[in-house]
Amino acid sequence: MTDPVIRISDMNKWFGTFHVLRDINLQVAAGEKIVICGPSGSGKSTLIRCLNRLEQHQEGTIEVEGVSLDGSLKNLESIRSNVGMVFQQFNLFPHMSVLENCTLAPIWVKQKTKQEAEALARQFLERVRIPDQADKYPGQLSGGQQQRVAIARALCMNPDIMLFDEPTSALDPEMIKEVLDVMVELAEDGMTMLCVTHEMGFARQVADRVIFMDEGEIVEENEPEAFFSNPQNERTKMFLSQVLSH
Amino acid sequence: MSAKTWTPTPARPAPANTVGFVGWARENLFATKFDSALTVFCAGLILYVLDVVFGWAIVDASFSGEDRNACLKQVQGACWPFIDAKLGQFIYGRYPEMERWRVDWVFALGLLGLVPLLMPKVGFKRANVIFMLGFYPLFSFFMLTGGSFGLVPVETSDWGGLLVTLVVAVTGIVGSLPLGILLALGRRSELPIVRALCVGFIEIFRGVPLITVLFMASVMLPLFLPDGVNFDKLMRCLIGVALFASAYMAEVVRGGLQAIPKGQYEAAAALGFGYWKTTRLIILPQALKLVIPGIVNTFIGLFKDTTLVLIVGLFDLLGIVQLHFTDSSWATPETHITGYAFAAFVFWVFCFAMSRYSIFMEKHLSTDPNQ
Repeated sequence: MTDPVIRISDMNKWFGTFHVLRDINLQVAAGEKIVICGPSGSGKSTLIRCLNRLEQHQEGTIEVEGVSLDGSLKNLESIRSNVGMVFQQFNLFPHMSVLENCTLAPIWVKQKTKQEAEALARQFLERVRIPDQADKYPGQLSGGQQQRVAIARALCMNPDIMLFDEPTSALDPEMIKEVLDVMVELAEDGMTMLCVTHEMGFARQVADRVIFMDEGEIVEENEPEAFFSNPQNERTKMFLSQVLSH
Repeated sequence: MSAKTWTPTPARPAPANTVGFVGWARENLFATKFDSALTVFCAGLILYVLDVVFGWAIVDASFSGEDRNACLKQVQGACWPFIDAKLGQFIYGRYPEMERWRVDWVFALGLLGLVPLLMPKVGFKRANVIFMLGFYPLFSFFMLTGGSFGLVPVETSDWGGLLVTLVVAVTGIVGSLPLGILLALGRRSELPIVRALCVGFIEIFRGVPLITVLFMASVMLPLFLPDGVNFDKLMRCLIGVALFASAYMAEVVRGGLQAIPKGQYEAAAALGFGYWKTTRLIILPQALKLVIPGIVNTFIGLFKDTTLVLIVGLFDLLGIVQLHFTDSSWATPETHITGYAFAAFVFWVFCFAMSRYSIFMEKHLSTDPNQ
């Protein structure tokens, strides 16, 4: 295994007095795809939100690409621009066109010229298969299209790591596939991905490791084949029977 | 077995009494007996009011004359010659007649800069903004006050009428928007001292009447300044009005800021935007668009509140109109009604224009396909 790009050791986090993440230890190698699942309230979203410091942990250490995330960090913005994030609610900027959504950060954060940024944006919009929607506003697109724009917007920053926070949970069943297809392609291209999702088919197809969380702890982690066919923990078995039975 | 062939039924025109004017009237004016009665009543009311206004302003009105005799008729209507004779005073106040061209230049240049600025399709917005916020205020200042470039000095105590109304209103509007935005951001700041200062400022200025602020600015403030230090009364009023309006503006803008979902901040942060870039590029454009009606509401309120500068001895449009009621050569029963009607009309024109422009901008900026 090459040097890990993400190294979390003995990390704890509280929301006020509520102990939301407990003794998390996790290392992610470059190019690795990790699927995190678990019941709601298990801390899985909070965990990946700690990786670009949308949430701050109180104990332990998180290192992303060798930089330790803590209060003394001066260049949080540059760390964040190397870590792309896709949200459940898309969070596109509604007052800007699709193209402007994709070029805003490259222009203002990475100081690219408008021409460079637009060329890059069109390339990624092509890749998520919506090049013809570039001049529309987010409000004019379907949920699946919006989420694909959100993926393109994150990719425009050329991130080394992509975080997905339940990217398909707010979508109609028919649109889930178009977003998952884009994510599978991205995985095949070698992107390092951490994905919170309940799409077990996706986990089987692309994940190198599946992590199961409950009550703020990592209960079990394994390769997908072993994880699904032979879960070690009672809690995991119960969860999988709930998720896979319908 | 052969499939049936289906031919669509040809379209027929809709019944005559459901389309066109007749259809519209049936649906909107006379749908029920109650609607019909209401329509007739309202139409009568409108005709009656129009008749009274038209009769007073046109039919029974006097249009020409040199003094009060022109307006002393059997049936009294508006005394328009009074307005005609005093128009110069109403616009410029006691600004010396020889120097009034300077005011005209300021008005003309302002209009010339403002109109293209307000039209979204006209380009050069950046240059236009620099002209209107950089060059124009300096130009207006030197033009109106004089004392340099070979211009005769004109004391601000000689300014009056529409000139004072516009100077106070425009400075208030231009000053209060950026100040209000900063105050609103400060009030939502995570820094306790910044937040406390902004909350204190907003609550103090919002909690006192504008008259108090103006009175403090013009009478109390000089008492606190060291001897010999004194600045212009109009200037003090401008600052007072701008600060007062900014407190209201801050609360309007805060309303917009609160409507922006947390996800917008998170998406911006995840892309690597810092606080100021997030605020400027992502949050404010959305928040300000949401509260255009509230912003323009504040502008309109401010525009009308300028009449209160009368309390500290500055004569705005309304003040100067009232001042001229005392002119005995124009003393008629209709003089003050005509004067008030004129002042009301001028104020209405400005406020209505702002209102229409705000509606236009709301539509222009809308990206929501469902509207």
